[in-house]
Amino acid sequence: MRNWKKALSVAAAAALAVSALAPVSVYAEEEATFKIGGIGPTTGANAVYGSAVMNSAQIAVDEINEAGGVNGYMLEFNPQDDESDAEKSVNAYNTLKDWGMQMLLGTVTSAPCIAVEAEALNDNMFLLTPSATAVESISGDNAFRVCFADPAQGTASAKYIGENGLAEKVAVIYDSSDVYSSGIYNAFQTEAENQPFEIVAAEAFTADSKTDFSVQLQKAKDSGADLVFMPFYYNEAALVLKQASDMGFEPTWFGVDGMDGILSVEGFDTSLAEGLILLTPFSATAEDELTQNFVSKYQEQYGEVPNQFGADAYDGVYILKAALEQAEATPDMEVSDLCEALKASMQEITFTGITGKDITWGADGEPVKDPIVVQIVDGAYQLMD
Amino acid sequence: MSVLSYFVNGISLGSVYAIIALGYTMVYGIAKMLNFAHGDVIMVGAYVALMTMLSAGTHPLLAVLLAIVVCTVLGVVIERIAYRPLREAASPLAVLITAIGVSYLLQNVVLLIFGSNPKSFQSVINLPDLKLAGGSLVITAETIVTIVSCIIIMVVLTTFINKTKPGQAMLAVSEDKGAAQLMGINVNRTIALTFAIGSGLAAVAGVLLCSSYPSLSPYTGSMPGIKAFVAAVFGGIGSIPGAFVGGILLGVIEILGKAYISSQLADAIVFAVLIIVLLVKPTGLFGKKIQEKV
Repeated sequence: MRNWKKALSVAAAAALAVSALAPVSVYAEEEATFKIGGIGPTTGANAVYGSAVMNSAQIAVDEINEAGGVNGYMLEFNPQDDESDAEKSVNAYNTLKDWGMQMLLGTVTSAPCIAVEAEALNDNMFLLTPSATAVESISGDNAFRVCFADPAQGTASAKYIGENGLAEKVAVIYDSSDVYSSGIYNAFQTEAENQPFEIVAAEAFTADSKTDFSVQLQKAKDSGADLVFMPFYYNEAALVLKQASDMGFEPTWFGVDGMDGILSVEGFDTSLAEGLILLTPFSATAEDELTQNFVSKYQEQYGEVPNQFGADAYDGVYILKAALEQAEATPDMEVSDLCEALKASMQEITFTGITGKDITWGADGEPVKDPIVVQIVDGAYQLMD
Repeated sequence: MSVLSYFVNGISLGSVYAIIALGYTMVYGIAKMLNFAHGDVIMVGAYVALMTMLSAGTHPLLAVLLAIVVCTVLGVVIERIAYRPLREAASPLAVLITAIGVSYLLQNVVLLIFGSNPKSFQSVINLPDLKLAGGSLVITAETIVTIVSCIIIMVVLTTFINKTKPGQAMLAVSEDKGAAQLMGINVNRTIALTFAIGSGLAAVAGVLLCSSYPSLSPYTGSMPGIKAFVAAVFGGIGSIPGAFVGGILLGVIEILGKAYISSQLADAIVFAVLIIVLLVKPTGLFGKKIQEKV
């Protein structure tokens, strides 16, 4: 029955795609601008990530334009929805190309990014993804990313746990239907072999059964684990913590960047998350000026505290600005020439933003930066030493 | 010990499937149509209850009552607008496809109103959990309430259908719509009543589902809805006790499969059960005897 639903939605998507082929906007250009396309899910199950990215990117673009633009030219940002679906993402990419996109901030989620990157590589279009963490999402040399790749987080987590002696027996619960989660788990598992702890249980769940974690938790409990590693998003984590507390299981909890946001889940009893440790690139409670400016603007315009996806996108726009300035680029450059120029300048810049200090990039497009480790103490993030 | 606790977890998961399956089976038994939007009506019910509790600080029971009222009206409206005009359509597929359409419509309307960010549901049940064997075996209050509700609903439904006039009308409609009409039964009104009851049950199911698994998003209803459909088929679709037994068994199978076969294959196992049941006993466990009687 599910397949029927799927087939139907595919048909609907195809119809949409046909309508998307029509020219979107043709208006006379009086002043040249840098045209930045954005692709991410602003509807659908992952809309929370896409919306945060689009909102934050818009804030950054407005700030830059108010301050006089880049190399004297204004920025124009055009966000498109892909519902976190690879096919729709490629359609959105084509729509943006018709619009005259010169560089892409996106896509937001990993799987669509892999599909779009193949197209972008073909066109030699510069791509900077704020938040797609799968390794393959930036497979070409035209692509860079703001956030950590999955393996980097898994490896960093295992090292941190091992080097700080947080546990001897570790259980892992992960989402096997999600590249993000399983990617982190694989890297974690590999690195764990070099570390003084042992993985005593590795239990999976899938996107279709992510409400009941009783079995996974029971197995983790039976295995005697003193730390549970949870490389998945905070929505599921909120349920895991609740169910663990119901069964009286109290290990140390350890999460990665997807855990960021757990304290703002409506109605969630934050005392359950007390002591939880997580690796995160961004903390909305950090007191530096950049972060405070971004958080207060976001709250003012959208009425909520931004998550790390928003922070990645906000930095993403400023990274584009830095790279464009380094390359002394102008909007009349061809897409391909612009891409070549940006590729070179990305490796020359050192960027400090709200998701890290002194970030540099290699030719592989991966950012080089230190992860921030925080612990939840009295219902707020506290930096770990 | 862990075997027992898997068993208990299976029953609590199954009790949620069972209460959803009751609504499915009720509508199918009488209107002979699969209401694929049932899972989404559940989700709407849960949102109504949660919003009432959050906004006005209303007593949970009052919130549940309001959810029942809203869902009942919603069910009748859906039936009137989307299903009734198609009832005489050449192919029964038309209604089925419309139901899928309604399902997506509900999901997206709720998405538009409340956004995609899952909300943490506040349990409406304020009772202590049942702790056995020195606390190592916990049966949550939600599970107990869900099972008790299932049984009450089952008894009330069966009595209603067998003992009251509108219930008898339902039976007649389920056996032969044409003949029922000739005997002076208002078929449209009877089917509307069925949807009203089914959707009211959906509100109860939604609140109990989200009390047990406190995460509510516009997609919350779809997977449990489909699994409850499997449970209803397993028990014999159209049979009220069948839905209950099917739901509980399915929950236990899912949890035990997850525990002893593979945690990744949980859903594959559930749907394999559907295939096997359909192959071996197409009418389901309780299907044969009661199928014609609702």
